[in-house]
Amino acid sequence: MYVAVKGGQKAISEAHKLLEVTRRGDTELAEISLAQLQNQLSLAVDRVQAEGSLYAPRMAALAVKQAQGDLVEAIFLLRAARASLKRFGYSEPIKTTAMRPRRRISGTFKDIPGGQILGPTFDYTHRLLKPSLMDGEDGVRKVGQDREPGQDSQKGLGGLGDPLEAWEDFGAQAPEGPKPSNGGELTGVASILELEGLIETIEDLESAQRPFDLTREPLEVPLNRGGRLQALARADEGFLLALAYSSQRGFGSVHPFVAELRLGPVELEFRAPELDLVITVGEIEVTECQTANQFKGGGGKPPMFTRGYGLTFGHNERKALSMAIVDRALRSRELNEAIKGPAQNEEFVLYHSDNVEASGFVSHIKLPHYVDFQAELSMLREMRKKLMAQKEGPGPDGETSGPESKKE
Amino acid sequence: MKTLSKKVTEKSPAPIQERGGKIWEILKAQNFSARGAGAAKSQALGGEYNFAYLDEDTKREIRRALLKAVAIPGYQVPFAGREMPMPYGWGTGGIQITASIIGPKDTLKVIDQGSDDTTNAVSIRTFFEALTGVETTSETAKASIIQTRHRIPETALSGEQIMVYQVPLPEPMRHLEPSEPETRSLHALFEYGLMYLKLYEDITKHKEITISYDYPVLVADRYAMSPSPIPRFDNPKLNQSKALHLFGAGRERRVYAIPPHTKVKSFDFSDHPFRVQSWDKKCAICGAGDSYLDEIVQDDQGNRMFVCSDSDHCQKRLKEGASALDFEAKSEISPVRASERDFEKDRPSSPLKAPGGEKPGHPVKKPLSQSEN
Repeated sequence: MYVAVKGGQKAISEAHKLLEVTRRGDTELAEISLAQLQNQLSLAVDRVQAEGSLYAPRMAALAVKQAQGDLVEAIFLLRAARASLKRFGYSEPIKTTAMRPRRRISGTFKDIPGGQILGPTFDYTHRLLKPSLMDGEDGVRKVGQDREPGQDSQKGLGGLGDPLEAWEDFGAQAPEGPKPSNGGELTGVASILELEGLIETIEDLESAQRPFDLTREPLEVPLNRGGRLQALARADEGFLLALAYSSQRGFGSVHPFVAELRLGPVELEFRAPELDLVITVGEIEVTECQTANQFKGGGGKPPMFTRGYGLTFGHNERKALSMAIVDRALRSRELNEAIKGPAQNEEFVLYHSDNVEASGFVSHIKLPHYVDFQAELSMLREMRKKLMAQKEGPGPDGETSGPESKKE
Repeated sequence: MKTLSKKVTEKSPAPIQERGGKIWEILKAQNFSARGAGAAKSQALGGEYNFAYLDEDTKREIRRALLKAVAIPGYQVPFAGREMPMPYGWGTGGIQITASIIGPKDTLKVIDQGSDDTTNAVSIRTFFEALTGVETTSETAKASIIQTRHRIPETALSGEQIMVYQVPLPEPMRHLEPSEPETRSLHALFEYGLMYLKLYEDITKHKEITISYDYPVLVADRYAMSPSPIPRFDNPKLNQSKALHLFGAGRERRVYAIPPHTKVKSFDFSDHPFRVQSWDKKCAICGAGDSYLDEIVQDDQGNRMFVCSDSDHCQKRLKEGASALDFEAKSEISPVRASERDFEKDRPSSPLKAPGGEKPGHPVKKPLSQSEN
């Protein structure tokens, strides 16, 4: 008997059992907990939240666990869960200027109001594998536990000192640099250029219209900037990285400066319609990146810096930066720049940036295509038959051996 | 559709303060516990979800898009597709349509490649069984909704049935013009020169039109439409069909429709008329000579057998007493001009059909165009 008609049900349920066993791995080892994932693989959890477009660390950790660490699969799980949620309203715009950043850097000015904070970053680490992290010897003492004299120099982080010390001191130390003028709010570095008229003002870019909602309205091009930014915020990090890179290398016109990149918690506010009152419903962590880009003038604008913007849930610097570059590249038409590369092509970028869509469509060719293949098969046979008949042709004696075989 | 509007019993949402700020808690409150009368328990999915997974607002939104689609046959209506718990490419467009129109009294049939038991059909059917509790069937005649990938059943459809198609690329001219705004303009201008050019080039190069499946059609003399990747053998079944045909493309976010009794014509030229695939073989199981056949490779010696792609059709014929031995007696079918073939009317009723007529039909839904909405 052939399997095409019968057996699908059994095969699926057996396959799912095998998948579960594979996920669990060696049962002699302890099962990994969501808390462990949230703490020790936090960047994976953050990426899943960003591209899953749902801020839900515990669910994202569950998705990572269930997907066996396949982040695109985990993103898919989170998106599917998100789609089943009822939409009960839109939050107020988050105020990133009110953020108390745990990291904030600028590539354009040495000193910025509020100061630069290097924070937790891979940027200046030497990418050397740390044997000390193998088998639970990471050298980070428990919070509240006193430090043993000389401990850090022998094992742990190779002469780094006590890592917890930096963490404990972080809250107490005010960052160095000029103080911000307006109380606690940290004005964006890009806005400092506004004073001289050297960069587009945010007012130039924003429209007061109701925000476009990509999850409730179909994606269609051309799309306004708000819609594009939404699509980019949930876009695949790798895809955006490659586009940003291609644009920097010459397939496009973007020459970006990082005016500012900041990471930290912001309050999420919601206007409850029945109360007509804005209430804080929680806190989310975001990464925000603003770029300033060379612009020689055009589209009714004098020479000035133009803006690119990137924002993601959690700690996602590579994604936020790439997003800002691609955002700026996608403004080429508006700014009358030559369209030279894929990163500037709105339709190309927006239609291919979603990894849940892309992964689904690419993978679907694993599904049976018996019927279509059969159709191609019979088509091919018929075409070949016709071709043969043509070659053979009605010879003088009506027999075989067409002109081709005679040549030989 | 009628049944659905009755069963929507949304509780008024709890004040936001009670929900708290944690999305996990909201999710648990909203989705992992029973909601309304239609909530269905699902062990398989590890929780309880709304009837047919999607929330009622989303379903209504999709039904509105479908109404527009029915009003403009063949026109691709944009809709905001949702992520379903199956991947794009697995039939999310069709799944969203089915989820939006299905009611507790429906009977659902799901096929893939014509068969009810291919893995993807099993998976989609199991999903709806778990999330709606509706009755499912493999018998074409008993189903009120038939979700399909790549085939139209051989058994003629009735006016009480809805076909739901899974569509990968809704734009029939996509491979001729990659840009969506461009193709939308072409549709708006009724400018299908590209399509004819493609067919013409095929004929000059290959002496025939080389589109074997997903063969484009013109609906109601107005819109060019992709019939989804059904073999062109199935195209004539769409013409003047009694059933309502709904098409969903999840990733591309389009729905479109062919209402009952609509003219559907495959693109062709008068001197190169459209024709369907034919075989000089019969089904090795039931002997059918007029069905679409799958080729089954039996060994590595090049031995093959041909069997009905529509497994229900095959089983039905077997039950009715047909056998592979019968096929000697029957004449081979020859290529048929589509324009001359009307599947609903002209199809000879099977001489093998049991006397006494068909069984009383299962309660089925009325097609969209007739329902009170």
